[in-house]
Amino acid sequence: MAEHSNWLYRWLDERVDLQGLEKFLRHKTVPYHRHSIWYYVGGMTLYLFVVQVITGILLLLYYKPTAESAYESVQYIMTEVPFGWLVRSIHSYAANLFIGCVFVHMFSVFIMKAYRKPREFTWISGALLLFLAMGFGFSGYLLPWNQLAYLATNVGTSFATMVPVVGPWILEFLRGGKEVTGATLTRFFGFHVAVLPGLTTALLAVHLLFVQRQGMSVPIVIEDEISSKKADRRELPFIPNFLFRDMLGWTLALGLIILLATLFPWEVGDKADILKPAPAHIRPEWYFVFMYQTLKYVPKVVGVFGFAIAGMVWVLLPFFDRKSNRGISNKLYTAIGIIVVAYMIIMTAVAYLAPGE
Amino acid sequence: MLEIDIYPLEMRLEKVSRRNAINILLGTGIAALGAGTIYPIIRYIIPPAESGSGTSSVSAAKVGELKPNEGKIFKFGDKPAILVLKAGGDPSSAASYVAFTAVCTHLGCTVQYRADIKNIWCACHNGHYDLNGMVISGPPPTPLTAYTVAIKGEEIFVSSAKA
Repeated sequence: MAEHSNWLYRWLDERVDLQGLEKFLRHKTVPYHRHSIWYYVGGMTLYLFVVQVITGILLLLYYKPTAESAYESVQYIMTEVPFGWLVRSIHSYAANLFIGCVFVHMFSVFIMKAYRKPREFTWISGALLLFLAMGFGFSGYLLPWNQLAYLATNVGTSFATMVPVVGPWILEFLRGGKEVTGATLTRFFGFHVAVLPGLTTALLAVHLLFVQRQGMSVPIVIEDEISSKKADRRELPFIPNFLFRDMLGWTLALGLIILLATLFPWEVGDKADILKPAPAHIRPEWYFVFMYQTLKYVPKVVGVFGFAIAGMVWVLLPFFDRKSNRGISNKLYTAIGIIVVAYMIIMTAVAYLAPGE
Repeated sequence: MLEIDIYPLEMRLEKVSRRNAINILLGTGIAALGAGTIYPIIRYIIPPAESGSGTSSVSAAKVGELKPNEGKIFKFGDKPAILVLKAGGDPSSAASYVAFTAVCTHLGCTVQYRADIKNIWCACHNGHYDLNGMVISGPPPTPLTAYTVAIKGEEIFVSSAKA
């Protein structure tokens, strides 16, 4: 394929087997069928993660993680630093789009039962990555040290006290003391820029390694069509066909984010003040809202433990769905997936449309 | 073979194949996207000029704080500066004081006043300056920048010469 007269190519090839890599990439394919569109959501999530890493590093150049100067440093980024408003707004919008993609990616995998044997580990690593993504959202939200973030962190961390025995200890670990203070901010900063990125990078490597080793899962319904000769097994070359489609999506996503960042730069809010009361209808970031809303209807203990158990079941899901593991279409699990999505959407909608309820 | 040419004459003369045209469009598009990404990042990385860095005058010490033949390092904007009360000088007279930047012109170490030899000394590479800021010995290539000293009430003010 390539001209091997290039001395650099030859020099590298003799050492790291470039031809082997090239051969591998040339032969890599992705299944092509009517549900293939969902394959792009994973790549989109990965792309947005990269956007977060780059803009996050840029924000580190000016951000100051202390109660005294965090808010002012964010204001400085938004008003004084050239394109600072753009960098921070991209970071905020891409963060939300990232979480959105994680959810879409997860539910599409769920509905298509891509978690079934032999891809249990891909699902588990993905589910853990979801929790890390939410941790990113929760810790990053506090960093501008504004009033809403301060209150949200108070509420969010207080759930730790529900955990039996070690609850108070977890609370103090998260807050760096008994209350949300500058110590909490410094901790959350450490989680956000060091602990979570480290864990995420490691887990992401595992996740991608599994995807690479096992290839994309083909939905049971398509597999059935292929085995009953109703359809042919079709594959799309990864390079350039699949990758170019990926990149088209990435470009469009970046365009959307920049459009939003330019038209509606992310606000800074009011500086955190412990003497100010909570405003009416305060709620967390949208991806926590379904849990927040549920807690208005059920006792706190039931809600918190319910979600904790549901979360654990969700992670271990491939081991419950025996039918899909045998390659048989499992309508019950499809129904469960749709009910879970519907529940989350309805709860979120109620919170936004009827904030007093 | 008969070819029906649907393109105007000028385009045919250009002899740009369809593939080339698309490559040019895609290439310039990607280049523009790259430039549009890199430019804001480069602008962002370079910090905006600090409004506080143009410090022109600070209160360096109180009258009586320094004894004759003594020096003091104080903060002048973002950099250290040095105020010296000359040996035998009158602490209440501005003329008895000298002030310089405390950043050695050699490699940027902070200099200090040596009462024993009555000159300003840089410990890093043994550079010596006299009380006019001139290099006496050692590696410093240029004199220390001098500041002007003024006494207002009980405060000794040091200002950069430009102000």
